[in-house]
Amino acid sequence: MGAPQAKTDDRLTGLAVTATGWAAAPRGDALSRLQSMGLPQRRDEYWKWTRPDTLISADVPPAEAFDAQETPIFGGVDRLKIVFVDGVFSAEESDDLALEGVMIERLAEANSDIHWAQGLYGVLEERGQTPVKRPLAALNTAMATDGLLIHVTGKTGKPISLIYRHVSDTSDAILHHVVKLDEGAELTLLENGPAAARFNKVLEVEVADKASFHHVRAQGRDHARRAATHIFARLGSESAFKSFTLTVNGVLTRNEAVIELTGDDSIAHIAGAAMGDGANGAFHHDDTVFVTHDAERCESRQVYKKVLRNGAEGIFQGKILVKEGAQKTDGYQISQSLLLDEDNQFLAKPELEIYADDVVCSHGSTTGAIDETALYYLRSRGVPKKEATDLLVLSFMAEAVDEIEDDVLREDIVSRLTGWLDRR
Amino acid sequence: MLEIKNLHVELEEEGKKILKGVDLTVEDGKVHAIMGPNGSGKSTLSYVLSGRQGYEVTDGTAELDGADLLDMDPEERAAAGLFLAFQYPVEIPGVGNMTFLRTAVNAQRKARGEEEISAADFLKLVREKAKNLKIDADMLKRPVNVGFSGGEKKRNEILQMAMLEPKMCILDETDSGLDVDAMRLVADGVNALRDAGRGFLVITHYQRLLDHIKPDVVHIMADGRIIKTGGPELALEVEKNGYADILEGA
Repeated sequence: MGAPQAKTDDRLTGLAVTATGWAAAPRGDALSRLQSMGLPQRRDEYWKWTRPDTLISADVPPAEAFDAQETPIFGGVDRLKIVFVDGVFSAEESDDLALEGVMIERLAEANSDIHWAQGLYGVLEERGQTPVKRPLAALNTAMATDGLLIHVTGKTGKPISLIYRHVSDTSDAILHHVVKLDEGAELTLLENGPAAARFNKVLEVEVADKASFHHVRAQGRDHARRAATHIFARLGSESAFKSFTLTVNGVLTRNEAVIELTGDDSIAHIAGAAMGDGANGAFHHDDTVFVTHDAERCESRQVYKKVLRNGAEGIFQGKILVKEGAQKTDGYQISQSLLLDEDNQFLAKPELEIYADDVVCSHGSTTGAIDETALYYLRSRGVPKKEATDLLVLSFMAEAVDEIEDDVLREDIVSRLTGWLDRR
Repeated sequence: MLEIKNLHVELEEEGKKILKGVDLTVEDGKVHAIMGPNGSGKSTLSYVLSGRQGYEVTDGTAELDGADLLDMDPEERAAAGLFLAFQYPVEIPGVGNMTFLRTAVNAQRKARGEEEISAADFLKLVREKAKNLKIDADMLKRPVNVGFSGGEKKRNEILQMAMLEPKMCILDETDSGLDVDAMRLVADGVNALRDAGRGFLVITHYQRLLDHIKPDVVHIMADGRIIKTGGPELALEVEKNGYADILEGA
């Protein structure tokens, strides 16, 4: 069997970094990293359950844009909109990149020799390559065509909202965002939309002491779209990182999150709610999460819920690593799936690795059908079966959805869930 | 009026016979109590009437005001006016009690071809009824039965009953797990709902609930049949002498 880089039909073929300025060096380094590790293979431990072939093929499997015929999400939120169409920045559809307490620049336009992002771009991604290789993230750092460099210096007046529209059937988008929050700064970042037929996205977030970062994402509903996304975050002391992702549809989604708690008394919550229906082609959703505690008295939560029907597949690979000296760690991890019929598959690999002796860590993983007793209870009160089932689905999702602190954003997400339920 | 005739029921999977010919009629405006030893089939009767899965009716009929209950889905039975207060009310995380109540009220109205109740009217109604049952605003907001004490769960059942205004109420061991004060509160809630157009079937092990909810008729159930029927004095007899004498006499 040849080394992966010897193959001629994958995304490594003929890759070369063309960037100039400060980004040339980190991109070049990332390309070398990628070439030495190779593209993901089924034999890699963390790719056993998700086929990487369509993510690493030279050609993009076509995906039609899907008109959900519903009001766009976050429509009622006062926000700064930044729009990408098939991964290409759209100045027309975007607001001016100006907001109090934050500096926003496009990666494609940041060509100076010296830049604040130099110390971050590809840096958190590279840290996240140990101990688990994440080649698609290195590919992204090397080859991203655009993205945003967001430097938050204070409390932003409103959320920054990234909208990823998908138009072309064969678009192949690679975006890389860097967010740096200074001490005490606050930002809410919203993301929504399918982005492209195939989307590779990296989000690097540096959260300084006492800063807080909130992230709510709704991945696009196009049935045939593919996405491989990574979040790399590093947290200073007394800081907060909260991220929630809703995924509805998508033939293949792999969401990785790598979070490092490096300052004392910080908290990191990451949650995901996925709803998939295999009847629309296929649905395969993979959450792969790695949280490292490397400071004292930090709290982390991983809350992942999946609702599957008609042959849908859900994957969860989650780890809590508590390093030596990370005393008084409070770590929690739960991954659950609700199977609405019998053909679905849910595979979970919860892992704890603990080298400190004074910690509280718990993890749980369950899979099951709708609770018949609860269903009977609701129906006995006159609630019809379909409506009762929907209520129980929302009930199942609640622990993940409740991770969203903002009422308006949470309601928006819940309305997407009920929308999916209404359409089925 | 609830009319049960010659009802035979088996457990679907095991084929075990639980009810072996129950005959029972509860007229509008009356309170009937069913007492009986463990395993006599009391709770099964309540489940079968409300449409729980897992039971097979092998013979007999059950009608509410002439409508065949056994041919209906659970939600249709509810819309027809049947209500079961559960012995073990079910916890539903993530669904607010208020949302649940409103969904139920409106679903039943819809099924009966009535208009949905407005949010304001609903709120007013639920607050008034909750107050009588000493259910505070916090309990209304919390997820259905989650973290409720035993007494709170039973009061919440009675609140649902008060909101849904059923024609026929079945109370399945509503007194189990209740202290004296909680039992009085629940009984007051039930008594407030007594009216000429509404029938009650109160299932209990003990006479003490019947001190608070005074029955018109008391039935003793054993081995899947009603073996004796009488007035309130029958409950006192059970309390004093246990079931043994009655079982022997039957």
